[in-house]
Amino acid sequence: MTASESLGKDLLGLEHLSSDQIRLILDTAEPFKEISERAIKKVPTLRGSTIVNLFFEASTRTRISFEFAEKRLSADSVNVASTGSSVSKGETLVDTARNLEAMRIDMVVIRHGASGAAQFLAERIESNVINAGDGTHEHPTQGLLDMLTLRDRFKRLAGLRVCICGDVLHSRVARSNIWGLQKMGAEVAVCGPRSLLPNAIAEFGVTVFERIEDAIQWADALNILRLQLERMQGGYIPSLREYNRVFGVSRERLERAPKDILILHPGPMNRGVEIDSDVADGPHSVILNQVTNGVAVRMAVLYLLAGGRPELAEAAKGGGAR
Amino acid sequence: MSTPALLLRGGRLVDPSQGLNEIGDLLIVNGLIEGSGHLGEIRRDGALETIDCAGQVVSPGFVDVHCHLREPGREAVETIVTGARAAAAGGFTAVCAMPNTDPVTDNQAAVGFIIRQAQRAGAARVYPIGAISIGQMGQTLAEFGEMVGAGAVAVSDDGKPVVSAQLMRTALEYARTFGIPVADHCEEPTLAANGAMNEGIISARLGLRGIPAEAEEIMAIRDILLARLTGGHIHLCHMSTKGSVELIRWGKDRHINVTAEVCPHHLSLTEEAVEGYDTNAKMNPPLRTAADVAALQEAVKDGTIDVIATDHAPHHYDEKEREFADAPNGIVGLETALAVNLTWLVHRGVIDVPMLVERMACAPARIFKLPGGTLRRGSVADVTVFDPDAPWTVDPARFRSKGRNTPYAGHTLRGLVGLTVVEGRVIHRREQ
Amino acid sequence: MTDHQSTILDGRAMDRTLRRMADEIVELNDGTDDLIIVGIQRRGVQLAARIVSSINEREGVDVPNGALDITLYRDDLQTVGPRPVVGPTNLPWAIDGKCVVIVDDVLYTGRTVRAALDELADFGRARRIALAVLIDRGGRELPIQPDVVGKTVKLASGGRVDVMVKELDDRDAVTMTGAEGK
Repeated sequence: MTASESLGKDLLGLEHLSSDQIRLILDTAEPFKEISERAIKKVPTLRGSTIVNLFFEASTRTRISFEFAEKRLSADSVNVASTGSSVSKGETLVDTARNLEAMRIDMVVIRHGASGAAQFLAERIESNVINAGDGTHEHPTQGLLDMLTLRDRFKRLAGLRVCICGDVLHSRVARSNIWGLQKMGAEVAVCGPRSLLPNAIAEFGVTVFERIEDAIQWADALNILRLQLERMQGGYIPSLREYNRVFGVSRERLERAPKDILILHPGPMNRGVEIDSDVADGPHSVILNQVTNGVAVRMAVLYLLAGGRPELAEAAKGGGAR
Repeated sequence: MSTPALLLRGGRLVDPSQGLNEIGDLLIVNGLIEGSGHLGEIRRDGALETIDCAGQVVSPGFVDVHCHLREPGREAVETIVTGARAAAAGGFTAVCAMPNTDPVTDNQAAVGFIIRQAQRAGAARVYPIGAISIGQMGQTLAEFGEMVGAGAVAVSDDGKPVVSAQLMRTALEYARTFGIPVADHCEEPTLAANGAMNEGIISARLGLRGIPAEAEEIMAIRDILLARLTGGHIHLCHMSTKGSVELIRWGKDRHINVTAEVCPHHLSLTEEAVEGYDTNAKMNPPLRTAADVAALQEAVKDGTIDVIATDHAPHHYDEKEREFADAPNGIVGLETALAVNLTWLVHRGVIDVPMLVERMACAPARIFKLPGGTLRRGSVADVTVFDPDAPWTVDPARFRSKGRNTPYAGHTLRGLVGLTVVEGRVIHRREQ
Repeated sequence: MTDHQSTILDGRAMDRTLRRMADEIVELNDGTDDLIIVGIQRRGVQLAARIVSSINEREGVDVPNGALDITLYRDDLQTVGPRPVVGPTNLPWAIDGKCVVIVDDVLYTGRTVRAALDELADFGRARRIALAVLIDRGGRELPIQPDVVGKTVKLASGGRVDVMVKELDDRDAVTMTGAEGK
C-alpha cells in the first residue's frame, strides 16, 4: 500500500500544494498523534537520518516542536541557531547550504527572516528542506496544524468559515492558512486594521471584515494572530491599548456571536492585546490542542519527505512482497 | 587622421534626424560622415575599407544616457574599460556614467578621471554625469560649473532620490547656467523603504515588501512642478509606471521642460518575473504590472517618453546569489538593450525601426547635447550597423561586461549588432 | 510458465479455519486470562476481530482486541517510495505481564512479524507473545515461526497469496497465484 500522491523533495509552502497533498499530510498526522500518547514515545522510522534545525530567527516553540517530532521518529538532529554560529559571523546562506551538503545530512528544517530563504536553500541542496517559517511568506507546518485542529473539532474543513484576525501583512501564518484552507474548501476571511492588511488582500479571494464584531457574527472559528510589538514602533498602529479596544477578541464580543466560535492562536500570545485571557483560557480555545497537533503534523511531514531512495529500492527488490 | 575611410555598402540607412529610411551607402572620411545615398563607385586616394551591409540597418550610434560603470570603487564588478566595451558590443557609441561610484563623482577631478579612463578604453565614448549633491548626501550642491568644465554632461544623484524639494529646486535653477539636465531617480523614500519589488498581489503572496507605484509618481510630479517653477530641465530616470506616464504627459502638455527615459526591462518584463524569488528580476524601480508595461510602450510610441536607457547595473555574481530582500538591485543591460527593444517593441508591432533609432540614438544625443545622433554630412561618424531580425540566445557567459546578472539569460531574442563605429573607427565587429 | 490463480479457502472454509484457530489460541493460552489479541494492519485486524468474537462467544468472556500498524517499524522504509500509508494503532491496555497473540493474514518473510515484535516491545513487556496466521506460505527470511496456523501452502517466491475479507473486499476468500514451491 502506498500513499497515492507524494510530496516531492521539500515542503516550502502550502500555496503550491494540491488538496490531495494537504489531505495526505493531515491523514498521515492522525496515526502519529497516538505515538505521543505511548509510554515510550518513540518509533524507529527515521533511525540513521540526520536532520539539521537551522534557525536564523529565535523561535522556541517551533524549534521544540520539530525537535520532538524528530526525536520521536528516532532521527539524529542538530540545532544550529543564529547566535554562536558562523551565521552570525556573516556567512552567506549559500555558504551555509554548501557546508550542510558537505556534511551529508538528510534534511534541513529552516527558519529564516527573509521570504524565499527556504526555497533558496532547497534549490541549492539535495537534502529535503522543510520551511519552518520564511520571512513574511509562509509557515506551512503551522497552517497544517491549524487545519488539523479545525478538522479534529468540526470533522471537516469544506464549508467552514475561518477568520484570520490581526497583522496579516507581516504574517506567514496567515498566508499558509489562507492557501491551505481555501484548497480544502473552507471560506476564509481576514479582519484587522487596513494598515496591517496587504493592499492587494481582496485578490487573495478572502472576505475582509473592517470590524471584529462583524467577523465574530460570521465565523465558525477565529485564528488570532500575534501582534508583534514592533508594529507599534513601525507606525502601523497607534497603540496596543487602542488595538485591544478596537480589534481585541474578548469574551464580551464573543458572547454576542450567534454560535460558539472556536479560538485558535499560533502563539506566543500577547494576552490583553489581540486576545483576552478569558478567551485564551476559555472553553472554546483549542490553543493547546494546536501545540499537541504541531508535533503530529511535523512527524507526518518528516515521515512523508524522508527516505524513498530509489537506488536502494532496486537493491532491496523482492524483499517486501508477501 | 590615420583612420582609413570607411564605406558601408548597401544597408538600410535609418536616420530619423533627417527623415532618412532607404537602402544606400554611407561614406565616412576622417571620422566624419562624408556622404550617404547611392554613392556608386568611390574613387579616392588613400585607404578605403568597404563593408557590405546588405540586409542590415545603418543608423546613428546608440547613446545610453544612464549606466553604472562602477569605476572607481568596484572594479571587480565593472570598469570603465569593460563597460565601454560592453557598450560597443551592444551598439552604443556613447554612454553616460552615473556618479554613484566610490568615491562619488562630485568634483572636477573625479569627472576628469572618468574621461581619461574612457580615452584609454578606446571603445564607446563615456560621458560622466556629475552628482547633484556632495557625496550624493542630499545636503550640499556639488560644483556643477567645474564638473561641466571637466566634461560632465548632466547631474544626478541616481541610485538615490533627491529627497529635499528645496535642493532639487536649487539644482534645477543652478543647472540652467550650464544648460545641462538634472536627472532624478524618482523615489519617495519613506514609501519605498525596504521595498524589494512592486507592491501588489505578487509581493503580498511572496511575502516581500512592496514599493507602490505612488512612490515613483509622487516624486515625478514634484520634479515636474519644480521644473515648471524654475524653468530648469528635469530628466526623469527609468520611469516604470502608468501613472508616471500620465504625469509626464501632463507636464509636456503644459510645455514644462521635462524629458523622461524608460529601460528595456520595464518595456518587456512584469513583476511576474520575480516568482521563485529570482534576484535577477530585482531592480529599482521594480518590474511592474502588464498595464504599466503597456502604458510605457505606448509612451515610447507617442513620445511622452523621449529615450530608452539601459540603467546597466552590473553586480558580482555572488552578490545576487542570496535571499531576495538582501540582494542588490539592478541588471546589466548594454548588451541586451537593442535585442530586447527589437523583440518586444518592433517585432510585436508597437513601433518601427526608425522610431527605435530615434529613442536609442537621436533623442538621447539631442537631449543631453552630445555629438552624434545623426548621419548628416559633416557630423561625427558615430554609427551602428545591426541586423534587426537575427535570432540569438542570451548567454551571460559571453558578455563583455563583467556583470552576468540578467533576467534574459536563455531567452531567444532578435536583433544583433554587426558593427559599431565611433568617429570613423570600428570599435566592435560581430564575430562571424 | 503461466501463472494460474486458485482458491485456497472460500468463505465457509475461511470461517471454519478461523474458528479452529480461535480454539487453538485458547488452548495455547490455557484459557482466556490475560489474553490480548492484536491484529496487524490491515487484514490482520479484521481476522483478529473474528477470532475474538469467536472466543467471546464460546467462552462468554470479553477478550481485549487491539490493532497494530507496523509501518513505522519496517526495515525497508529507507528504500521504498512513495511512503506507505500509516494506519491507526490501537493498543490502549498495558501489555505488561499479558499474553499477546499477534494475528496476521499471511506469514511469508517474517519481516512484518519482526516489526510487530519490536513495536510491542515499545508498549511494554508481555509475559508471552504468540503468533497466529491464517496462511503460512513459507519463504522465511528471519527465524520466526507461527504458533497457530490456518493453512500452510507451498508457493515459489514469484507467487502471491491474496486474503480478502468482507469488511474491505466485499467477500471472504484466500486465493493464490503462481507456481507451487518446495
